[in-house]
Amino acid sequence: MNEIVFFINKGITSGLIIGSIYALGAIGVTLIFGILRFAHFAHGDMMTLGAFVTLILTAALASLGIVLPLPLAFIAMFPAMAITACLAIGLDRVFYKPLRQAGARPVVLVMASVGVTLMLQGLIRLFAGVRSRDMFIEAPKEIFRIPFPGASRPLIITEPQVLLIVFTFVAVIVLHWFLTRSRLGKAMRAVSDNPELARITGINTNHVVWATWIIGGALACAAGTLLSMDVTLKPDLSFNILLPIFAATIVGGIGQPYGAIAGGFLVGFSETLAVFNWAILLRPIKDHLWFEVPANLALVPTQYKLMVPFLILIIVLIYRPTGIFKGRVL
Amino acid sequence: MSEQNQYSIMRDVVLFTGLAMLVAFIFLSQGTVYSLRMMVEAGCYAIIALGLTIQWGYAGLFNVGVMGFIAAGAASSMLISFPQNPEFWNSAGPALVGIFIVKLIACGVALWAASKSPRWGVGPILRALLIVVAIAISYVVLSEHMDEMSKEIEQASGWIGGLGLPVIVGWLVAGVVAGVIAWFVGKICLGLRSDYLAIATLGIAQIIKHFLKNADWLTRGTLTVSPLPWPVQTPADGEFIMARASYLTVVAIAMVIIYLLLQRAYHAPWGRMMRAIRDNETAAASMGKDVNRRRLEIFVLGCVLMGFGGAILIHFASIYDPSGFIDLNHTFLVWVMVILGGSGNNRGAIFGAVFVYIVWVMSEPLALWLFSLIGTYGQAWTGWEPPSDLASRALQMRVFVIGLTITLVLRFAPQGVLPEQQARH
Repeated sequence: MNEIVFFINKGITSGLIIGSIYALGAIGVTLIFGILRFAHFAHGDMMTLGAFVTLILTAALASLGIVLPLPLAFIAMFPAMAITACLAIGLDRVFYKPLRQAGARPVVLVMASVGVTLMLQGLIRLFAGVRSRDMFIEAPKEIFRIPFPGASRPLIITEPQVLLIVFTFVAVIVLHWFLTRSRLGKAMRAVSDNPELARITGINTNHVVWATWIIGGALACAAGTLLSMDVTLKPDLSFNILLPIFAATIVGGIGQPYGAIAGGFLVGFSETLAVFNWAILLRPIKDHLWFEVPANLALVPTQYKLMVPFLILIIVLIYRPTGIFKGRVL
Repeated sequence: MSEQNQYSIMRDVVLFTGLAMLVAFIFLSQGTVYSLRMMVEAGCYAIIALGLTIQWGYAGLFNVGVMGFIAAGAASSMLISFPQNPEFWNSAGPALVGIFIVKLIACGVALWAASKSPRWGVGPILRALLIVVAIAISYVVLSEHMDEMSKEIEQASGWIGGLGLPVIVGWLVAGVVAGVIAWFVGKICLGLRSDYLAIATLGIAQIIKHFLKNADWLTRGTLTVSPLPWPVQTPADGEFIMARASYLTVVAIAMVIIYLLLQRAYHAPWGRMMRAIRDNETAAASMGKDVNRRRLEIFVLGCVLMGFGGAILIHFASIYDPSGFIDLNHTFLVWVMVILGGSGNNRGAIFGAVFVYIVWVMSEPLALWLFSLIGTYGQAWTGWEPPSDLASRALQMRVFVIGLTITLVLRFAPQGVLPEQQARH
């Protein structure tokens, strides 16, 4: 039974965690891709930026001596989400909107977003240094050990992990409600499907663009904060997390928020299960097997973890460029 | 037309004279040895920038994986030209590598046969099944062999060593290897919109770097390989100026040849067709041009130049270190060179490369000086305690400036300082 507990701890839980992070990031990327029609390369650094805003607010709260039942960083995350959303709108106003209005090709916008990502990277590291930081300023993070029937080892899940899963669940429901019930959400879907037609029917494109950046920025901030609460806040996140998020976006179909969620979990689980050592599960039944169980039976060595999202991306681009949810091929 | 042309020739003359004066100033103020090094590196960057400018300027392809192609080129050139490792050749290593190559070819043939199986009357579902089975078997066979081989080689001889061939051969092979990788990436992504190419090249660059860092048996991984051979006298004898000047000559000759060939191609029907595809894909396709094939051509050609230039760059540094390949230095710096110099203009790429590289090198001491100044005065006047890692933070300022330059140029001078000159008839 210990093997199953190990599998749940190392395979299922971490897949769920990293999948939630990718899903939160990919929702923003897919909305921006669908509505503004370019791959937003600055999303990874927007996540780091959001996490730093949270860190500053947490430090401020901690210095006031406030004690709450939830981790301070989680509470500080909500105002930080609002701030990051405003920053995202500001970035759009200064860097992307003039290009859009000048009628630049989409690829020029992609380049501009690469420029923005470098600027954010430089600024963050200039002011915060390059070392990694702990988001838990006031108290160490709580770890829950749940006994599993028949096993000597408990299931392990930490407080930020529980918060992450709950937050993702709530965010997905709220997003669903927003996109299907509210006027603005419907307008966003309309612009994503057919921008010309949407404009003719009198939809205010500016509001749609704002809503896109608010959702994208807020969720990027949440993803960055929750990821750095789970591990630590590292300023060099950007390009390493960008590839899985883009893979999730394209797997799910561009412009499809539900696809992005599914794609995020797909990529997250493939990553963790590919580097999981399956020999551990086979060891208890090794006497009944006709072959000898090797010491390491992972599909992909851990150092090549990045290969997994890339291969998923390549396979999708070859066989189904629309993604599983029939997004657009731009 | 003539008026337009005269104007831009004037601009060329002014800018290049200014650049020559800047270079002369550097030579006078920094000393010949140092400036020669800078000029060689700038020349290598110019070759890489030429590769990027044909992808972006002639065909509008967005490649953010320049670093990967440079790394692939540098590693293959190192393997070709580094002296042989006798321990490896006396061990079981060569046989293992040989068997690996045979297995690789066999797997490739099996995969190709599976994907072409409809020729022999196989249905689409069976074909998909065959492909999946072929991939799975190849993966298991190859990865198992690779594990065993790398362990064996690392124990017996450390790494496989080079082939000891002339450096020029190594450089040419570097271009070929980068081109082959580019062919695979381009084949998959070029039928789709350019954003996909950007994402895929970003990924492939990270993966190449990861592979080179971890493949201890092939490239010694992070242990680094040095000294890399030069095609001319190395400075080991103490003749720094002579050695670097002759290296600079080699780089300059390579650059001029590449420039002349590219100029010729630009004005040839092939170049005209490329620009037609870039400017109006639909119209070009309706004239019977095979858009994806042409794009693949130019993508591969550009990456060949990147691999070649990258190999020259790393050979000059004389140390092969996979951790030294950085997105900022080897991808985005090249981008700044291309868009600042003027995309689609080969002279612009060369101007941009030399100018930006000089500014880049000079900015390091400048940033350090500026920040130590801020640190000292900040402490003296306001009692602010500067963080201990101020020096490493100061260098991050350059990341910001690179990003700012990209966005500003895109917005206010999308043509660059030397715009593309389109002949109008």
